[in-house]
Amino acid sequence: MEEITYLEAIRQALWEEMDQDQRVFLLGEDIGVYGGAFKITKGFLEKFGEERVIDTPLAESGFVGAAIGAALVGMRPVVEMQFADFISCAFDQIVNMAAKHHYRLGEPVPMVIRAPYGGRLHAGPFHSQCPEAWFVHSPGLKVVAPSTPYDAKGLLKASIRDPNPVIYCEHKYLYRHAKGEVPPGEYVLPLGQADVKRQGSDITLITYGAMVQEGLEAADQMSEQGIEVELVDLRTLYPLDTETILASVKKTGKTLIVHEAPQVCGIGAEIAAVIAQEAFRHLDAPVMRLTAPHTPVPFSSPLEDFYLPNAAKIASKLKDLASY
Amino acid sequence: MGVGTEDLLKFYYYLILTRGLEDRVIKLYRQGRILGGCYVGSGEEAISVGSACALEPGDVIAPTHRDLGAHLVKGVHPKEYMAQYLGRRTGLTRGKDGNVHFGDLSRHIIGFISPMADGIPVAAGAALAFKIRREPRIAVAYCGDGASSRGDFHEGLNLAAVLTLPVVFICHNNQYAYSVPLSRQMAVPHVADRAKAYGFPTRIIDGNDVLAVYEATREAAARARSGGGPTFIECKTMRMRGHAEHDDASYVPRELLEEWRRKDPIQRFERTLREREVPEESMRAVQVRVLKEIEDAVDFAEKSPLPDAHEALEGVFAT
Repeated sequence: MEEITYLEAIRQALWEEMDQDQRVFLLGEDIGVYGGAFKITKGFLEKFGEERVIDTPLAESGFVGAAIGAALVGMRPVVEMQFADFISCAFDQIVNMAAKHHYRLGEPVPMVIRAPYGGRLHAGPFHSQCPEAWFVHSPGLKVVAPSTPYDAKGLLKASIRDPNPVIYCEHKYLYRHAKGEVPPGEYVLPLGQADVKRQGSDITLITYGAMVQEGLEAADQMSEQGIEVELVDLRTLYPLDTETILASVKKTGKTLIVHEAPQVCGIGAEIAAVIAQEAFRHLDAPVMRLTAPHTPVPFSSPLEDFYLPNAAKIASKLKDLASY
Repeated sequence: MGVGTEDLLKFYYYLILTRGLEDRVIKLYRQGRILGGCYVGSGEEAISVGSACALEPGDVIAPTHRDLGAHLVKGVHPKEYMAQYLGRRTGLTRGKDGNVHFGDLSRHIIGFISPMADGIPVAAGAALAFKIRREPRIAVAYCGDGASSRGDFHEGLNLAAVLTLPVVFICHNNQYAYSVPLSRQMAVPHVADRAKAYGFPTRIIDGNDVLAVYEATREAAARARSGGGPTFIECKTMRMRGHAEHDDASYVPRELLEEWRRKDPIQRFERTLREREVPEESMRAVQVRVLKEIEDAVDFAEKSPLPDAHEALEGVFAT
């Protein structure tokens, strides 16, 4: 199998879906002539034309609203939010118009908003955020956050084919740092299914996005000390695969949840609550969280390094849990 | 002007049906028989009726809470309207949403939501789909003067302009955004002054003249349909009641209301009908039909079942 980057996987998914479904089209800032701020859509304008690869004015609420309107009349728009940080400018259209439409009127809103998110690129408070929990908290949205090229491709194709609004969180650090095998033919991965990226019997590590690779490194370090960590990659944050989470927690009895977003009311809080309610008698230790602190994402290297979880910090927490 | 007696009577039917249904809902509200708030477009009926009558059946509208008339023209039945107000399962949202927060894409209506101006970029997006698919359809987005202060108004107009989308923007300038008068919403005299910045034609018309609204919309729709891009039509009117029925609008000068009461769009149109020698019995027949439809609608709604409690959990996602 061919090894490609996370970025290339996203590009392939978009290309293939546009190639086989005339309803799919792209909207966003600088995605046409420039090929996108991260070059995901390089070559798309030449292949699919300016009616399907639309450079918009700098107006996130406007073009997300337009995507909703197009979706309502039968198109399958894919919006590129240049940085996930700017998604807040379109928050109202997403949570009020798109998310509630099917509940109110029974009409589908098949659209995807691609949200390049996450830190580690020294991009500061406005180009590094992890906004996923905002949308998990809004009924009517699905939220996806893949960690590997294989998952990124299969889940983006599933997101485009889903009849609901999907916030597809693609981690910017992974674009060029994550490489992996992707099968040559067509494949689609189901939304709402976590993936056990590593089997283990001692501690469950639950995470997603860029923290999966960090978690795997930490797990390898623990293995050298005889502690076997099971890593659950959530892949989809809503709907949450509580079945896979609980099966793993019931097996190991100890859980560490890791995410790059701030802790308060983050995804980890929800997962910890689910575990406490559904698997309390299986627990051998408190459910632990390792997340960013409750601050904006800082810019300078020592600050950002301090802010973000990484393999060493995860290993340290795992050791605490192992000896609990 | 190519508007014959049949069309005139059609306009009349929708004008008085709109007024009658809303007056009936106000009564029901005062009697405590409806749920939640009560939002009407009294005195603004000519805008929604005149504009919607100028469209083709496949054209999409994104109306506001002052546009019951446009809903009716597009095929919403009075029974569905009443059932919606009464929170019944037979309403267009099956009790999930109230008052005029409804729509139906099979009838080419994009459902209205409370944040003002959200429908503007959404309608532009529907128009974008028509353009991509080369369908000869257009979209019409309605808004009020208040909505023109929101970013979505400007983002939607600009997007429609730069992409030359087949869309018509229709603004009810009813002079008040809840309690705030126009002068505190904008430092220019007309909403159209704001729209002008986007580089497509704007018109300012008498919003209480149904024929003027019809003609202006027809012209703008033809322009949009032929690839000429958007038009903005500012319809001057007056909000004759409160923002909603809980609001007595005591902040509006009485003289202003008196002045506009004399310009009531329905009384004016009745004079027009007589000038054009539309038979009195034809007008009376429309009035009788409307009264019956309204009472049938109330009866239908009150006899309709409420949703079952567990339906609150249904339909969050499409499958």
